[in-house]
Amino acid sequence: MIRVELPAHLRALAHVKGEVSVEVAGSVSVLSVLDAVEAQFPMLRGTIRDHVTQQRRPFLRFFACGEDLSHDPADQPLPQEVASGKEPLLIVGAIAGG
Amino acid sequence: MSTVRVLVGTRKGAFVLTSDGKRGKWDVSGPHFPGWEIYHAKGSPADPNRLYVSQTSGWFGQIIQRSDDGGKTWFQPGTPPGETTAPGGQPKGESNKFLYDTSAETGAPLTTHQFYDGTQHPWEFKRVWHLEPSLTDPDTVYAGVEDAALFKTTDGGKTWQELSGLRGHGTGPNWQPGAGGMCLHTILLDPKDARRIFIAISAAGAFRSDDGGKSWKPINKGLKSLYIPNPEAEVGHCVHRIAQPKSRPDLLYMQKHWDVMRSLDAGDTWTEVSGNLPTDFGFVIEVHAHEPETIYVVPIKSDGEHFPLDGKLRVYRSKTGGNEWQEMTKGLPQKDCYVNVLRDAMAVDSLDKCGVYFGTTGGQVYCSADAGDSWSPIVHDLPAVYSVEVQTIP
Repeated sequence: MIRVELPAHLRALAHVKGEVSVEVAGSVSVLSVLDAVEAQFPMLRGTIRDHVTQQRRPFLRFFACGEDLSHDPADQPLPQEVASGKEPLLIVGAIAGG
Repeated sequence: MSTVRVLVGTRKGAFVLTSDGKRGKWDVSGPHFPGWEIYHAKGSPADPNRLYVSQTSGWFGQIIQRSDDGGKTWFQPGTPPGETTAPGGQPKGESNKFLYDTSAETGAPLTTHQFYDGTQHPWEFKRVWHLEPSLTDPDTVYAGVEDAALFKTTDGGKTWQELSGLRGHGTGPNWQPGAGGMCLHTILLDPKDARRIFIAISAAGAFRSDDGGKSWKPINKGLKSLYIPNPEAEVGHCVHRIAQPKSRPDLLYMQKHWDVMRSLDAGDTWTEVSGNLPTDFGFVIEVHAHEPETIYVVPIKSDGEHFPLDGKLRVYRSKTGGNEWQEMTKGLPQKDCYVNVLRDAMAVDSLDKCGVYFGTTGGQVYCSADAGDSWSPIVHDLPAVYSVEVQTIP
């Protein structure tokens, strides 16, 4: 299972508390993890990435194992620690606004 | 006795204020969707327990929320809580999807409008400013969005389709954003003619459809806007709000950027009725529920100074459809008040003694249970109020 940490507002939308876990078949990448998250929590479609272009929303970033993965290709394999479930993929909202 | 339910959208959540017909004692629930911008919340005239909310965020985009029990519980249409897989054919997670229509079949609507710098710019969806439920069907709702376009759902908000005849009718390249963005903020459904719809856009102007939203025409004749190259242009006017008495739907009132206007012919021509207002800049305009010529505005100092003149919060009421205005101050702060009243933040109830309500960017929601003669705050300290709508429930 892949562990994913969502921002608080998205946890509220998805009616979950804490981390979520999703099953990913095949290569574990940001793309495949987000596909799995949106399949399990369809109310999040459009909130992390654009409905059509699938581009990451500008004020969200992806981190794992202390690295910023936001600008890596979406289909690039995530670190083995994420694929094995040892570390979560962090979806983080920018600290901005008021 | 009737119940009055006031739906308040704020910068940090939605609130539901409820009272009986006396409108003296209020129950406050919320914040619903805490931390999110609530641009608008409105109930269905056909089913008062059916509510729709536009919930938006610069981080997470657009969410549509719906309640079927008068605001006690909420869900995203088509995606009820607890259901994590899509059953056969049921669209899921589509209620947040507002896609501009670019199909050849419907006329390949325009793909650019005028930007702040005068260049052409592609349409980009940002948020829903206004939700207008059908007068007769709880599942049918119109949505006015930024960048300006009109969408419609007929399945209770699960899916939305653009009524692209508006954006594609020809004047789109001359529309441009106002300071708040290029938003379609007003939708009026004619109570006597189901095919007739009025909408308004900042900064494009007012438009009317006589065929249920398929085709549109600008209705801005008589508007004069000195801040645009041709002050009497067909489009380009920064219309802030239009209002319509239910009993006389051909009679329209408009608060333009500057100027308060009136039309006696469903928008075909407009005449200025600012009269003795101390300033004719403002955002809101509303009509008494039973007197089609009694109207309300809140004058704001100027487009550069978005607060009341002299720190005095005053509602102005005209009983003559404009031109002659009375200042209404009883119960409103008359010194050191520097709030704004945004375009969707005034509404009326339909009780015999018409109630008038408005919200401020300082977080107050005021109620007048006597048609504007006197005012009292229902709440003092909400986040900045974006919208106020009222339901009168028998």
